[in-house]
Amino acid sequence: MPQDRDIAIDVRDAVKRYGTFTALKRISLSIRDNEFFTLLGPSGCGKTTLLRMIAGFEEVTEGTIYLYGQEIDRLPPHKRPVNTVFQNYALFPHMDVLENVGFGLEMLGKSRAEARARAGDVLEMVQLSQFASRMPYQLSGGQQQRVALARALAPRPRVLLLDEPLSALDLKLRKAMQVELKHLQRETGITFIFVTHDQEEALTMSDRIAVMSEGELQQLGEAREIYERPRNVFVADFIGDTNLMEVTVDRIAGGRAQCHLGGGHKLTCDAVEGIGAGARVHMSLRPERLFLSARPVEEESLSGTVREMIYIGTDITTVVDLADGPQFTVRSSNSTRGNARVFEPGAKVAVNMEPGAARLLVD
Amino acid sequence: MAKSHDVRRYPGFMAITILCLVILYAPLLVVAVYSFNASPSITIWEGVSLRWYVDVFTGPESAKFREAAWNSFIIAITAATTATAIATLAATAVLRSGRFRLRTFSLGLISLPLMVPEIVTAVATLIFFNAIAIERGLLTILLAHIAFCIPFAYMPISARMQGIEASYEQAAMDLYATKRQAFTRILMPLMMPGIVSGFLLAFIISLDDFIITNFVKGAGVETLPTAIFGAVKQGIKPNIMAISTLLLLVSIVLVALSWLIGRRDQARGR
Ligand SMILES: Nc1ncnc2c1ncn2[C@@H]1O[C@H](COP(=O)(O)OP(=O)(O)OP(=O)(O)O)[C@@H](O)[C@H]1O
Ligand SMILES: [Mg+2]
Repeated sequence: MPQDRDIAIDVRDAVKRYGTFTALKRISLSIRDNEFFTLLGPSGCGKTTLLRMIAGFEEVTEGTIYLYGQEIDRLPPHKRPVNTVFQNYALFPHMDVLENVGFGLEMLGKSRAEARARAGDVLEMVQLSQFASRMPYQLSGGQQQRVALARALAPRPRVLLLDEPLSALDLKLRKAMQVELKHLQRETGITFIFVTHDQEEALTMSDRIAVMSEGELQQLGEAREIYERPRNVFVADFIGDTNLMEVTVDRIAGGRAQCHLGGGHKLTCDAVEGIGAGARVHMSLRPERLFLSARPVEEESLSGTVREMIYIGTDITTVVDLADGPQFTVRSSNSTRGNARVFEPGAKVAVNMEPGAARLLVD
Repeated sequence: MAKSHDVRRYPGFMAITILCLVILYAPLLVVAVYSFNASPSITIWEGVSLRWYVDVFTGPESAKFREAAWNSFIIAITAATTATAIATLAATAVLRSGRFRLRTFSLGLISLPLMVPEIVTAVATLIFFNAIAIERGLLTILLAHIAFCIPFAYMPISARMQGIEASYEQAAMDLYATKRQAFTRILMPLMMPGIVSGFLLAFIISLDDFIITNFVKGAGVETLPTAIFGAVKQGIKPNIMAISTLLLLVSIVLVALSWLIGRRDQARGR
């Protein structure tokens, strides 16, 4: 049983069914105290559902949710010390900014004066002091977003839930808000549970990420772990760009797996528990960990022909057809210091990989 | 493309529009104009005068009209207030209960009376009052008015409420408001324009109801419409036109008020 003071939210075997449709299929995860935790997954995978179950807007069909060891899944929303930043902000249209931000404190029984004072402080924290007496419709989207944030932070919740709070903002503002959110989380020490379907956003902001798909938890770990050691095809494919290909494992020796892809190309990579010799599995190769050369530089270089070269500013992406084998995408940084040799379409090249670039996937 | 489908370009559209407007407004205009006639005849124009308005307030029938108007006013205020309160609660229950099948059903149930011929409602109400042996008088009029005002009050209120996303109340409850606080602090203020419209509509409907009132009123109890009807039976005098014009004015003021409230609200971008 979770009694841990270091666990903010503990979801145990949570199932959510809408009629015959199962939106969450027995999810268990622990969110640590003072953590920036992200729920990441494609549209419809159940992120909002899970968040709403923690906030109290959806009942759990089965399972339990603990908040610092206390069972909360039967409590109504107003009895949970958890606040939400809604995706559409849901600012009260008939109250000015200060009243909006002070609302939670007032409902907690604080005097009007006290609520206003604290609301003022929080508005200062999000740099909106000068907008205190504006009505919500007089604010820009980004300002509304920050008011929603201030409103949810003002009552000092133990956990803050954020459902895609940045999705309505333009790219520049979004980047700025990512930094600000991260900063606020550190400053307040409140546990943040952040929902997004943007993997880049998840990687930049999170201490840990839970990758979800179709109501199931696919992988939980730190950003680096998820990116570099994806557990399965879904995670490898969803997070970042990757070359996914089917390989056959020939031999396992000394913690290394020797594999071959079609066309007689051979590759060796770290063995993964649960994958034995003879298995036909997927392999993920991150494009930025591959590099091209005119001649093979190592024994296992793969030779092929450049099909396409795409210039994308910071990077150059090259698509290579292996002889009788699969297609590879290779990305190199567009800098003279890097290994950026540009190969034009039709050129014969060798594809080489850094150690650890290739990874076998369980399913 | 869009232009060729413009209804204004159909042949005869203008003529039909004008005809409709004339049929709708000509009688009202005639009544309003002739209420200022100096002549005791209702058809011969003899010059402008306020004599019939003076007659309404001081003439031989003024006591009767004053009492009837007072009854109408009290009934309309009470019926509209009660009906609006009931309709607000009904809309909250129907739209926020979350059970969808029940919702469609109750919506039908509430709006059905709008489609029942009024005479049927009148007869049914009368039979009902007889069956429970309640004495006819102001109280029966009031009860009947409350009942038939509810769907009228309900329409604008539920329309308004449908436009209010559930996330506002959820945000309130997330911020430690109880269900009741979320209702009084958030939902009610947001619904106010709908509630005011519903109230005004119910008020007008009650104020000018004739058929049902005529059935359920006791002997000697009159509202303005039944009093006017009674007076007209003895022959139309121009003071009737003056009263009608005054009633028309009240309706126009209320409708304008309701429109203004709606517009101010829109301007705020809600
Ligand atoms: N009230 C409901 N009734 C029935 N099905 C629902 C209900 N709410 C959500 N679902 C279904 O549950 C699944 C998960 O929905 P959810 O809103 O949690 O997705 P999400 O991961 O937040 O997606 P998005 O990124 O698009 O917001 C979806 O398939 C959705 O259709
Ligand atoms: Mg969602």
